[in-house]
Amino acid sequence: MAAGERVLLLGQSGSGKSTLLAMLCGTVPVQSGQVHVAGQDLAQMSGAARDRLRAEQIGVIFQQFNLLPFGSVLDNILLPLSFAPARRAKVKDPRGTAAALCEALGLPVAILSKQAAKLSVGQQQRVAVARALIGAPQVIVADEPTSALDADTQAAFLDLLFDQVAQTKAGLLMVSHDARLADRFDRVVHLSDIAVSTQEAL
Amino acid sequence: MIFRLALASLLARFVTVLMTVIAIAFSVALFLGVEKVRTGAKASFADTISGTDLIVGARSGSVQLLLYSVFRIGNATNNITWESYQDIIARPEVDWAVPISLGDSHRQFRVMGTTSDFFTHYKYRQGQGLALQGGALMDDLYDAVIGADVAAALGYKVDSPIVVAHGIASFTEHDDQPFRVSGILEKTGTPVDRTVIVSLAAIEAIHVDWKSGAKSGVVTPVEVIREMDLTPNAITAAMVGVKSPLQTFKLQRAINEYREEPLLAILPGVALQELWSIVGIAETALLAVSVMVVVTALIGLMAAQFASLNERRREMAILRAMGARPWVVFALLLLESVVIAFVGAVLGIALLYAGLIIAQPWIDAAYGLWLPIHAPGLQEGLVIGGVMLASAIVSAVPAVRAYRLSLADGMNVRI
Repeated sequence: MAAGERVLLLGQSGSGKSTLLAMLCGTVPVQSGQVHVAGQDLAQMSGAARDRLRAEQIGVIFQQFNLLPFGSVLDNILLPLSFAPARRAKVKDPRGTAAALCEALGLPVAILSKQAAKLSVGQQQRVAVARALIGAPQVIVADEPTSALDADTQAAFLDLLFDQVAQTKAGLLMVSHDARLADRFDRVVHLSDIAVSTQEAL
Repeated sequence: MIFRLALASLLARFVTVLMTVIAIAFSVALFLGVEKVRTGAKASFADTISGTDLIVGARSGSVQLLLYSVFRIGNATNNITWESYQDIIARPEVDWAVPISLGDSHRQFRVMGTTSDFFTHYKYRQGQGLALQGGALMDDLYDAVIGADVAAALGYKVDSPIVVAHGIASFTEHDDQPFRVSGILEKTGTPVDRTVIVSLAAIEAIHVDWKSGAKSGVVTPVEVIREMDLTPNAITAAMVGVKSPLQTFKLQRAINEYREEPLLAILPGVALQELWSIVGIAETALLAVSVMVVVTALIGLMAAQFASLNERRREMAILRAMGARPWVVFALLLLESVVIAFVGAVLGIALLYAGLIIAQPWIDAAYGLWLPIHAPGLQEGLVIGGVMLASAIVSAVPAVRAYRLSLADGMNVRI
């Protein structure tokens, strides 16, 4: 993936999309092949270095958004900075940055002090995006973030996501099983193709 | 922020956490309560007699002398002659002396002959003196002052008649010379509560017609007895106070080396310690049981942690996805346990103090056991620290499991 590139990873349920994402993020070890993130080979790195790389370079958006329900919106947005000193250093005013992200994502600033469990699904989704974007990581990894949305909302959400990712010049790797989204991405990778090509190689 | 989130996570599981906190609180309260009772009992025991410098009796063992003279358990092997007693109290070191004469009983309670000085000089619980809850001290030859337990057990009131039995567990009674309860003492938590106190002269009086431990057959009229010289020939023991504490050992040595008859002078505090060391095993057993209660509560904490692990895998996976190292997950669980243990222990101490404030007068009245209330100190601090440390150790087991789960789950949220 090039910097700022938007890649869609398509595949059926159970095809290994989430496992591939976990490998890219360095939480599942690679048994064969190579994974390079920001120019570094994950297989050559220690567990601590992979965790640090993930904290510093990758923003994750989960399928179910996965906010910490007991924390405030602000706590959730700032959470990645706790494990990423360099990313933290880029954010001079954490609260102000979180507020700006909320505004850009169409959330009222007052939501920052609200408990995450009390948000609507749409609000949770935007907070999850804000959490991935804080401190401008190089790659945003999104695991089927639109699966729970209807078509209109899906389009609006992607607009918002693309807009924000473009501003930070981050690469976007999004996983989906919805082929209709393909037009909106720079590149589309079909996981079934990879499986087939792997079979052929064997 | 991680610490704050950990606290928020705890609060989100409020009911489960509260149950665990309560279990720890009760166990800590019980542990410290047992400890209080143990030290209270020890202090009460040590305070059975205070302010008396020496106890003098016929030569035997120091614990035996203490047992029969103070606790009214067992019997003296021999008596002290009145002449020897006079010799001792004539010594310059002696400030005061109270003779006591034991041997008779009333129902299951011992009868003790003494002088009115007993009520002045007998002190317990750090110098507290005896007080009457009703009536007056002995005025007549046949007056008796009874302890609180005697009055309660036998339903005696002031003016109730008392017939003293000869010896202990004897069927022969001094029924020709009945006594009258002149006063009832306040509860002290000491053997005095179970004692019938009469004058030294009264002990002589009821034995006027007795020769060699049996009734002689002669019945001397009470009016005649009242006119007789009732100075005893012998006493069982004596409590002695010295003018200066520095003279205690000198007097003790002098009595122990007394040539006229073999005597023994003991320091009550030392003998009490010796006696307590014999019952120390029960003390250790009590402590062991209360420690087990705390251990059980901590195992409960571990079980609760294990039970919560599954529902918290999502939380751990989120943290891992954000870049948290697996040890952060481990540390968070450990920290959580330590916080629960701290809150539980502090609450337990609060419970203990509340319990003490409420129950202290009742325990004192019912058992004569005085449980002092002191400000929390080193002991409470050590208990809090110990419980926190122990909780960290027991929760290391679920924390290791969480660590492994977070390694296996990675950032995949499995619930």
